[in-house]
Amino acid sequence: MEVDVLKRVPIREQDPKVRATNFDEVCLGYNAEEATAEASRCLNCKNAQCVKGCPVAIDIPAFVHEVKEGNFEEASRVISKASALPAVCGRVCPQESQCEGKCIRGFKGEPVSIGKLERFVADWARENNIKPEPCKEKKDKKVAVIGSGPAGLTCAGELAKIGYDVTIFEALHEPGGVLVYGIPEFRLPKQKVVAEEIENVKALGVKIETNVIIGKSITIDELMEDEGFDAVFIGSGAGLPRFMGILGETANGVFSANEYLTRSNLMKAFDEDYDTPIKPGKKVAVVGGGNVAMDAARTALRLGADVTIVYRRSEEELPARVEEVHHAKEEGIKFNLLTNPTEILVDENGWVRGMTCVKMELGEPDESGRRSPVVIEGSEFEMELDTVIMSLGTSPNPLISSTTKGLEVNRRKCIVAEEEFGKTSKEGVYAGGDAVTGAATVILAMGAGKAAAKGIDAYLSEK
Amino acid sequence: MYKILKAEMLAENIYLMDVSAPRVAKSCLPGQFVIVKIDEKGERIPLTICDYDREKGTITIVFQIVGASTKRMATLKAGDSFRDFTGPLGQPSELCNEPLDELKKKKILFVAGGVGTAPVYPQVKWLKENGVDADVIVGAKTQSLLILENEMEKVAGNLYITTDDGSYKRKGMVTEVIKDLVQDKGNKYDVCIAIGPMIMMKFVCLLTKELDLPTVVSLNPIMVDGTGMCGACRVTVGGEVKFACVDGPEFDGHKVDFDQAMKRQQLYKTEEGRAYLKEKEGDTHNGGCGNCN
Repeated sequence: MEVDVLKRVPIREQDPKVRATNFDEVCLGYNAEEATAEASRCLNCKNAQCVKGCPVAIDIPAFVHEVKEGNFEEASRVISKASALPAVCGRVCPQESQCEGKCIRGFKGEPVSIGKLERFVADWARENNIKPEPCKEKKDKKVAVIGSGPAGLTCAGELAKIGYDVTIFEALHEPGGVLVYGIPEFRLPKQKVVAEEIENVKALGVKIETNVIIGKSITIDELMEDEGFDAVFIGSGAGLPRFMGILGETANGVFSANEYLTRSNLMKAFDEDYDTPIKPGKKVAVVGGGNVAMDAARTALRLGADVTIVYRRSEEELPARVEEVHHAKEEGIKFNLLTNPTEILVDENGWVRGMTCVKMELGEPDESGRRSPVVIEGSEFEMELDTVIMSLGTSPNPLISSTTKGLEVNRRKCIVAEEEFGKTSKEGVYAGGDAVTGAATVILAMGAGKAAAKGIDAYLSEK
Repeated sequence: MYKILKAEMLAENIYLMDVSAPRVAKSCLPGQFVIVKIDEKGERIPLTICDYDREKGTITIVFQIVGASTKRMATLKAGDSFRDFTGPLGQPSELCNEPLDELKKKKILFVAGGVGTAPVYPQVKWLKENGVDADVIVGAKTQSLLILENEMEKVAGNLYITTDDGSYKRKGMVTEVIKDLVQDKGNKYDVCIAIGPMIMMKFVCLLTKELDLPTVVSLNPIMVDGTGMCGACRVTVGGEVKFACVDGPEFDGHKVDFDQAMKRQQLYKTEEGRAYLKEKEGDTHNGGCGNCN
């Protein structure tokens, strides 16, 4: 295979017209030949910048080198030293702003496709049944991990690797957190990828108890006092949806992105064999511009709707990954940018019939550094719709913080935890991921889970 | 897996089950609910806790067939299992938070309609165990749909039963019994707790507002996760949007926007489904059909 060192080996994807009607994965990934060719573009830098861009510090040059040599099993070993969820990260990490954003190749040409190589290695390892080895020397200490999303799985995996007795408590009926209820099948296959990576974490010795709602079924204090857990990690995410607070928002046909996605992803409402219903809508507006908004829009499209993204700033400020926006456009999602809803219009039976919006222009930068949108006077207009999906971000669930003695939260209800090791205000309790930062990315949550595992190990080693 | 220890049909389309769920049984209180899921393909079904046994680690649920999942649930027997069973969810009944000596001074009236009798039962029982006798009105469409009569008899102070068609005890709606007790007999109540079809709770609240009788209702809206994640259970109470799953399920009935809540319950009902429910169950199906308002 010929390689132009300045250009990436192209990745194969499902045709946009075809994939707009199915829930199969959009990206088809590299095969061995393509992966080896792409890996040969790596400069194997001594002072590798890519590693510094990775929140879990995978030894990227080392694994890419093994791919280049065709030693895929060894490559998978290098990755699994640092990451418990490579098949997930290879698919959903924002590599363009992390490892690939720092790649030296990227100065002149295109950066090495590190994410796609990671995905290739993880998929190869799974297909060839490479399983992680459980730790032989067990420690006589129990750790409870709350939440089985990226932060919890990573923290649990790291602690199990060094011999701790770890139990994950999950509130829903399936483990995986946002990987299962939030990110759609066409971006992250549930059985093939997520369930398998969770099996790998279990293979390390981690136990998972589903259907336990910490703060309701049992509290953290009870876990520590009655059930003998020596330390606790809280990785409960940011699950509470925000609404705009505009008129008409309780009408039939207005959904949070969380509800719409949970019905389709976790409850598999897109599959007729499953009992849970979903109202896909015919003319759908998704309000918001993040990755979740793109996921909701592309889900609605696949369920047969005509979909428009409504976002109050311009394309440049869209918080979603460029790749997601690109895929959404290819599939036929329309964008109504610099537009803000002011009221949802409701028919006499209580159903959505449209939405009043105003046009916006960008003013001075706000504290986030982004130029804040300002309403253009007299620009009001109506959109005709039957469904509105609100995707305005999420915040942490207060269920745990409100039932745990001595656990400090900030004014946004995020748990206060030290960045370095995730230590909270309560002894023996650590936290990380969206529960601490508010909604962020899978990989940042994994980084926090890993850091907290170090903190918990240090704490329990001294205790 | 959560094993079913007892399963019985209480009335046509209404079933009772004791399910082994030690974590829930250990921590639940009256007024809270659970979510059950029969198998991989089932829906998550929210059900108010009907009874619990902390020692045996069991929860009693009562449900009515309203869709595909509940229809399959009805076929389960003792010895079978639910794939998932989680809780307790929501806030306990406000009664549980009140100091007992305060509570003992109160005159409490319960109004139960149809399957709503099931969630009323643990509250009346809890009060009885704590030395408080409450009056209970139970309404059913017809005698064969009346549930938990004997159980309720044991724990209620005065029990008043009424059927819409007069097939058993007195004839008429629960609101007529309230009027009798408060207006004609001059009974004084400090609080009324009404649980049943949405339409029943609406009319009870319209009446008790007139009678100046504070009223608590328990809502059972559409929900998915039950922990505040999806927002499907949004309900307007006193002009504010609340999530019934975490802020409720009990609310001040005089502040609930029932018309909106009833419209929201129609969300996933198909035309056929609604027609079927209307024919089969009339107004005892917890307000879910969309035809009953």
